[in-house]
Amino acid sequence: MSKMKSVYGEPKDNYTFKIRMKSTILFIWFLFLTIVCLLPIYILIINATREHSQVANSISFIPGSHLVENFKSMSTNQNLKLAYNAFHGYKNSLFITVFSTFLTVFFSAMTAYGVHVYDFKLKEISYTVILLVMMVPVQVTSAGFVAFMADIKLTNTYWPLIVPAVAAPAVVYFMRSYMKSSFPLDIVEAARIDGCSEFRTFVSIAIPMMKPAIAVQAIFAFIASWNNFYTPNMILINVDLKKKTLPMMVSALQSSDKVKDLGLIYLAIALSILPIIIAYVLLSRFIIAGVALGGVKE
Amino acid sequence: MASAAQKRIKSISYAKYGYLFILPFFLVYFFFQLYPLINTFIVSFHGNGPGTEDFVGFENYKTLLFGGGRRESVISKSFYSSFKNTIILWFGNFIPQIALSLSLAVWFTEANLKIPGKGFFKVVMYLPNVITAASVAVLFLQLCGQSETNPGALNILLSKIGVVEQDATSGLYKTIPFVEGVWQSRGVVMFIQTWMWFGNTMIMLMSGIQGINPSLFEAASIDGASSGQVFRKITLPLLTPIMAYTLVTSMIGGLQMFDIPYLYHKGTAKNEEIRTIAVLIYDYFHAQLDENKMGYAGAASVLLFFVTLILGCISFYITRDKDEIAKKKQRKKIAKQLKQESKQFGGFSI
Repeated sequence: MSKMKSVYGEPKDNYTFKIRMKSTILFIWFLFLTIVCLLPIYILIINATREHSQVANSISFIPGSHLVENFKSMSTNQNLKLAYNAFHGYKNSLFITVFSTFLTVFFSAMTAYGVHVYDFKLKEISYTVILLVMMVPVQVTSAGFVAFMADIKLTNTYWPLIVPAVAAPAVVYFMRSYMKSSFPLDIVEAARIDGCSEFRTFVSIAIPMMKPAIAVQAIFAFIASWNNFYTPNMILINVDLKKKTLPMMVSALQSSDKVKDLGLIYLAIALSILPIIIAYVLLSRFIIAGVALGGVKE
Repeated sequence: MASAAQKRIKSISYAKYGYLFILPFFLVYFFFQLYPLINTFIVSFHGNGPGTEDFVGFENYKTLLFGGGRRESVISKSFYSSFKNTIILWFGNFIPQIALSLSLAVWFTEANLKIPGKGFFKVVMYLPNVITAASVAVLFLQLCGQSETNPGALNILLSKIGVVEQDATSGLYKTIPFVEGVWQSRGVVMFIQTWMWFGNTMIMLMSGIQGINPSLFEAASIDGASSGQVFRKITLPLLTPIMAYTLVTSMIGGLQMFDIPYLYHKGTAKNEEIRTIAVLIYDYFHAQLDENKMGYAGAASVLLFFVTLILGCISFYITRDKDEIAKKKQRKKIAKQLKQESKQFGGFSI
């Protein structure tokens, strides 16, 4: 007994101390990473409340008093008004995002349901095609896409931004995996015996049962569509400011050298990311769970 | 013999509903994705500028890959340099990202560590991923950019720490060119990419670690394994498939890197050193009428497509459902056996 003690020391104390030590060091490291993650966003918000000369010459961690003035000059600054309009940006981004999110989740659920519930000859092939398509990046098809859209005169309209949302292979894949684990086919049989039509079975039985998966995918589709800069920028080639999406306006702000007021620029950037941050704070639990789920499935 | 009624019931097939349910997906897919892909191939065999209608065969590919005359070699050079930039930027963001995410994932899932607020840390670390990439690029441009009178937030911060010196007489800072400098700008882009994506990778890896049978960890800790040993001998080997998946998806994502390299430059002066392949393609097909380089854009896209295809096949191979394939093989075997047995009885099934 005593010999063992001399070799290993006080086993329990030693262990507790080690764990506590490691936990403390890691806690400090996590705090540091938290600061790195939040600092750029924090400075952005602080600078949005400060005056141009203050922003240009110093850095501060306390909010300034210039927020109201910055807001006012947003509607008076002529150069800014040429590139950026928060109201129209919100309206257009929201319009495109809401419709494409709806199309994505509805039709993805429908496709996954079709593949999962029914037996047909091309079932396996079509599912493999969906999986393969998942890997094709949008950049590869974009040259042909723009050329084709220009041919059928759909550039500068919202159609090419909304309708392609119907075909979202990654979402179909996720929903199929979800159905495999929690959608028994007996329910469909029961509905058939009760005389329910096939489409009605899908709408009033399958969709309510898939609510969790649909909610997670809707959040991700919403974020992806709201943040999308590439597709709108290549489809809306020469449109009026009133039809541009929010990320496009931010990029226009970047390429215009004429807006000199730094406080104003920071405010404009802050306004473009504020909705998504608020949504994230409210829904973070679901989002984190959704990412983890995606990881397990894949 | 089955009765007529039985036969009729058997013949009710729901297959047509299956086709009906997947029809919208494939319709939109063919119209908005497959045809554009084919069209990209078509475009890549046609000319540039005003002569977009002319068929030129493999001319565009030849120009991109091997150059030729003076104008052609400029294009070939910029193609190769953008390819090189893409690879540099990808490596520069993937290596710190995977190191950070993996270590964090291991620490977050270690059961005996008592760290308060794990949920909060996870939420904060994922936050950069949801913010609009275009806004992030412009934000960092503002933070890192500087002019003669305006040193920019990052340079002010560095001068406070003492890295950047301030000239005593004129009051001007000896700033670091985070936007114009070759490696400085690349460094910032790598940092932004890492900043945006490490939270995502971390959560993916974490769910992978949580999927490992916990009794393995218990057994290891009973046997007195140190946390380093547990990581090397249990976590890492069992995490290999998900790590490989992360690697391949990150590669495909890296090939598409667009928003940040595209926007991270001052005004209209483009920074050639962070121009990625996606930005190159975009610039080519977005060029206005006279210098329209649609053919080159198509050819570059097709080359990018084949690179992605190879990577995609690798990931498909890694993530395939092994149990399912094994089951299928078994089923085939049984079917074969049955067939042979029935042959033994002169083709009559029993």
